[in-house]
Amino acid sequence: MSTLRIDQVSKLFRASAGGGLTPALRGVSFDIDRGEVVTLIGESGSGKTTLGKIVLRLTPASSGKVVFEGDDISVFKGKQLREYYRHVQGVFQDPFSSYNPIYRADRVFELIRGVYFRHTGQQAWDAKIDSALQAVALNPGDVLGKFPHQLSGGQQQRLLIARALLLDVKLLIADEIISMLDASTRVDILNLLVSLKRSGLAILFVTHDLSLGHYVSDRTIILRRGAIVEMGDTVKVFSHPQHPYTRDLLAAVPELHKKWHPAEGEAAFPAGAAGGPDDDADVLRTALPARAGDGQDPGPARTDRPPQPVALEPPPLVQYEEGHFVAAAES
Amino acid sequence: MSVKVENLTVAYRMRAGDVCPVDDVSFAVADGEIMGLAGESGCGKSTLGNSLIFMEGRMKLLGGQVVVDGQELPIADFRAMQPFRMTRVSLVPQYAMNALNPTRRISKLTTDLLRSHGVREDSVLEEMKRRLRLIGLGEDVLSKYSFELSGGMRQRVTIILSTLLNPSLLIADEVTSALDVSTQRAVGEMLMEFRDRGFVKSVIAITHDLSILAQIADTIMVMYAGRFAEKADAGTIVKAPLHPYTQMLLASLPEVGLRHDRTILTGIPGRPPSLVNPPPGCRFAPRCPFARAKCAQAPPFEQVAPGHHVACWKVSQGWAS
Repeated sequence: MSTLRIDQVSKLFRASAGGGLTPALRGVSFDIDRGEVVTLIGESGSGKTTLGKIVLRLTPASSGKVVFEGDDISVFKGKQLREYYRHVQGVFQDPFSSYNPIYRADRVFELIRGVYFRHTGQQAWDAKIDSALQAVALNPGDVLGKFPHQLSGGQQQRLLIARALLLDVKLLIADEIISMLDASTRVDILNLLVSLKRSGLAILFVTHDLSLGHYVSDRTIILRRGAIVEMGDTVKVFSHPQHPYTRDLLAAVPELHKKWHPAEGEAAFPAGAAGGPDDDADVLRTALPARAGDGQDPGPARTDRPPQPVALEPPPLVQYEEGHFVAAAES
Repeated sequence: MSVKVENLTVAYRMRAGDVCPVDDVSFAVADGEIMGLAGESGCGKSTLGNSLIFMEGRMKLLGGQVVVDGQELPIADFRAMQPFRMTRVSLVPQYAMNALNPTRRISKLTTDLLRSHGVREDSVLEEMKRRLRLIGLGEDVLSKYSFELSGGMRQRVTIILSTLLNPSLLIADEVTSALDVSTQRAVGEMLMEFRDRGFVKSVIAITHDLSILAQIADTIMVMYAGRFAEKADAGTIVKAPLHPYTQMLLASLPEVGLRHDRTILTGIPGRPPSLVNPPPGCRFAPRCPFARAKCAQAPPFEQVAPGHHVACWKVSQGWAS
């Protein structure tokens, strides 16, 4: 039995009063096993955060089921829901706003204690905190009793992961947890996720950064406009990307040692056009094949009106090779 | 040399005393050069960019001068700077795409902006339309409100606005940071194209993202805790960096193709020093695996090869690793 099974989950938002419904998620299905990191990659507006929120019960799905260890989570109430959160926890993008600046940072531990460990003695509690901090490679003396502003972003983010580890956590939703951190501390958090995964934790790693996803995950899911366009073993998806959208994403990733290829074999900017009568050409369009006609089609960014209503029905997934699925192209 | 900055020191006035996120830095940017300015949060890169055009009330110029096209800029004098803004030096501040007034159409907003700089809009509007078409946006953007545009479109509109009067220097602060990879690429290529077409002579691109700079910048300056650590052409910084900080920063970047089961990347232990009371001498020394007694003195920012400047005793004195 997988730790988490997401079954045909859709989510519709009403974009404006009297307006139509905008699909944020369209028939998304996948599962996560124990000790597995699944990366959810997508641009802003692709629905990746919405999915994380649905799993954390922060927002309900419009249709479909989320099943945790065999139980449909949508029916959980009261004690059951509390037990669910004992096993499923989230850490989010901005560590600086996850803390109340008025209180000491380790208050996040006390809040958990009030709900889940009311009968745990002080000594046992301290030992628990010690081992949780150890697991995230924090030195208790460096962080306990400090205010949030006295901690670095990396320390704050680790403290939040330690908070999740205090519970009997089996699934961690990590939503862009390193995008606000500096490069020099980012990789430590990534390595921490790897070691947690090795100890059996299932992790849903939500990111827009392909290189981070590739480094850390076992399976990769590419979301576009709320639907899965490609899904499978991380190495397979990255080495033989099949969907044009995945290819475009990979081609646009800035790499240190390789310059961007001019799109489609021609120079992104036609030479000699400067100042000439022809320089009204949509020169940048070649660099953005996925968004041809940018003027009319603002693409799937969060604040956009959708260019045309997307079909609620997701494009069907076809198996390309073992453990590697690709969606049919959408118009 | 189109831009020349000498011994610039900028402080923030705080209760604890003056804090200098820009501490005695000198550099030059040539015509047609895109200089990347990279560093971690709090290293002073944005303060440096802002100080060249817009000294906030809490900022104080402690010394140094800025010369653009042979003319010294009165950067400490907020009002005297006004004629130079947008015409000589332009800034795209961080999160600028969120600064477009949502209650004004882009055309009205442009008109307001131009008038506040004493420019009649009809002389420039044609050019703006041309540039919009050039980057594939179409002139109907002018009749839209900012919230009708995607983040990438807004970012490109702000860059067009700030370069409309063909400034000599554009300071682009984290213009690619909040964007998706494909839009990042479009914005990066737009900066290069605007430079190539002479819409702007030189660019200082401020970002924490070295891989974007490897794509668009001609030279890269790496900054650490208010001082310069290393400057060289982009290829040298990426392939053969000399400063231990640059080396460790690059080693901590995951690239597509790296997997945790093959290569374990390492971060840089510790964190940057507080600028309230920075360590004497080399500011990276407390985190540097090569630090020696000599590092208690500040290393000079020296040229070690043509166009390659480094502030590190290990490099200038030739210590073995």
